Amino acid sequence: MPRNENPLRVIGGKTTLFFEMAGEFAILIKNILLGLPVSIKKFHLTVEQMLFMGVNSLPLIMITSIFTGGVASVQAAYMFSDYVPMRYLGTAVGKSVILELGPVLTALVVAGRVGAAIAAELGTMKVTEQIDALETLALDPVKYLVAPRFISGLIMLPVLTIFSDFIAILGGLLVSTLFLNVSSFTFLNGLKLFFRMSDVWAGLLKAFVFGGIIALVGCYMGFRTEGGAEGVGRSTTRAVVMASVMILITDYILASFLFGS
Amino acid sequence: MIEIKELFKNFGRNQVLNGVSLNIEKGETIVILGRSGCGKSVLLKHIIGLMRPDSGQIFIDEEEVTSYSNDKLYDLRKRFGMLFQGSALFDSMTVEENVGLGLTEHTHLGREKIKEIVKEKLRLVGMSGVENLRPAELSGGMKKRVGLARAIAMNPEFVLYDEPTTGLDPIMADVINELIIRLRDTLSITSIAVTHDIVSAYKIADRIAMLYEGKIIFAGTPEETKNTTDPVVKQFIEGSSEGPIPTLE
Repeated sequence: MPRNENPLRVIGGKTTLFFEMAGEFAILIKNILLGLPVSIKKFHLTVEQMLFMGVNSLPLIMITSIFTGGVASVQAAYMFSDYVPMRYLGTAVGKSVILELGPVLTALVVAGRVGAAIAAELGTMKVTEQIDALETLALDPVKYLVAPRFISGLIMLPVLTIFSDFIAILGGLLVSTLFLNVSSFTFLNGLKLFFRMSDVWAGLLKAFVFGGIIALVGCYMGFRTEGGAEGVGRSTTRAVVMASVMILITDYILASFLFGS
Repeated sequence: MIEIKELFKNFGRNQVLNGVSLNIEKGETIVILGRSGCGKSVLLKHIIGLMRPDSGQIFIDEEEVTSYSNDKLYDLRKRFGMLFQGSALFDSMTVEENVGLGLTEHTHLGREKIKEIVKEKLRLVGMSGVENLRPAELSGGMKKRVGLARAIAMNPEFVLYDEPTTGLDPIMADVINELIIRLRDTLSITSIAVTHDIVSAYKIADRIAMLYEGKIIFAGTPEETKNTTDPVVKQFIEGSSEGPIPTLE
């Protein structure tokens, strides 16, 4: 491939690449939806993925969540200093965990763990012609590989987020009673004070969307893999970076829809 | 019968197929020779519909398949088997699951019946007793043979071989050659093999074709190939670095 250093060409190339990718993404989603009846019939494939994405990610999510909650507590207390009464500590920790930290940090951790694994697995299958082999056996890779991962992402991210919310709040509670001189009674009262179930649903909706993004980006990057082991490495990195960026951008978009005036 | 008419395909600026035309008769074994990277695998992938041409047509039993919808292509592929260069066994599955996958997904046969067919196919390629091993536990030659068993599991009419002997020791290469001949004789399969292995080509081919610069420049029996006067074919079968084929630049 001849290298072209003309900046206009580079910008043009990147722009067409962007639209090409957006189009391919749309086609991928369309094909998943068309293949949904088959995927439901073969639900054991999805269950396998749910086990890997959900159950096996749980220990990692527990560790990150307990510390996230702890940090939220410490930082909130610091920001409150003498101006805001400590009885609002639980409110601050609860709101920030349920609305933002729970879903987003869980998604970022899962993007690193699962998104990378999906891209690496499908990428290896691509470069060793296993994807082609699947097609020659008259089996559609979208139905057999992508859809199970996509559905599993949609289901398991909200589930993981519920765990994460709970454990992060527990972490916040522990830190505030042990190190911040706030009793668990005060903390829990604060938590209940402005608690709304709709906030939890909003957080879970975010998680649902993030789960779809992680699986789709992982699969997409896997399918695009070219060029042996090096290519697999590149796809894996790209999958994690792209999923993380898309999670943060979508987070903003969803937040402005859900909570904007 | 497969008819390939004026097939063109390019990747970016790289013109890979430049008007390939070739007829493949029912029941014959045709070997397509060519240098590495000359588009042999690309041609195979067109025949089985993994790639679509920029222009040109492929007819299978008088029916034009290049314009088939994806659903029709999946149906068409059930009549094909393909052996990949690196075998392409699914490494998340055992040998038995690999060979039986097509049967499990496309037929209503019971588990016991499928087990029986898998056993029979593995016996046919001389690989009895490996059902519960994983691909990672097999050597290159064993993988090829399991891949072959998978390719013929659904009793296909056509089997495509992508470099069947590349990367194997000479004895194992000959075992694969024998298997290809045996499959043609016992199951009357139409075989299309692409390779750069001349010894293998002479042994298995009813007809040999040569792909050069994106075109079929020669087709004939092994005997005709040996006695050809075409300088390009001659250079290739003699394995010489001197001749009309550009080598060092």
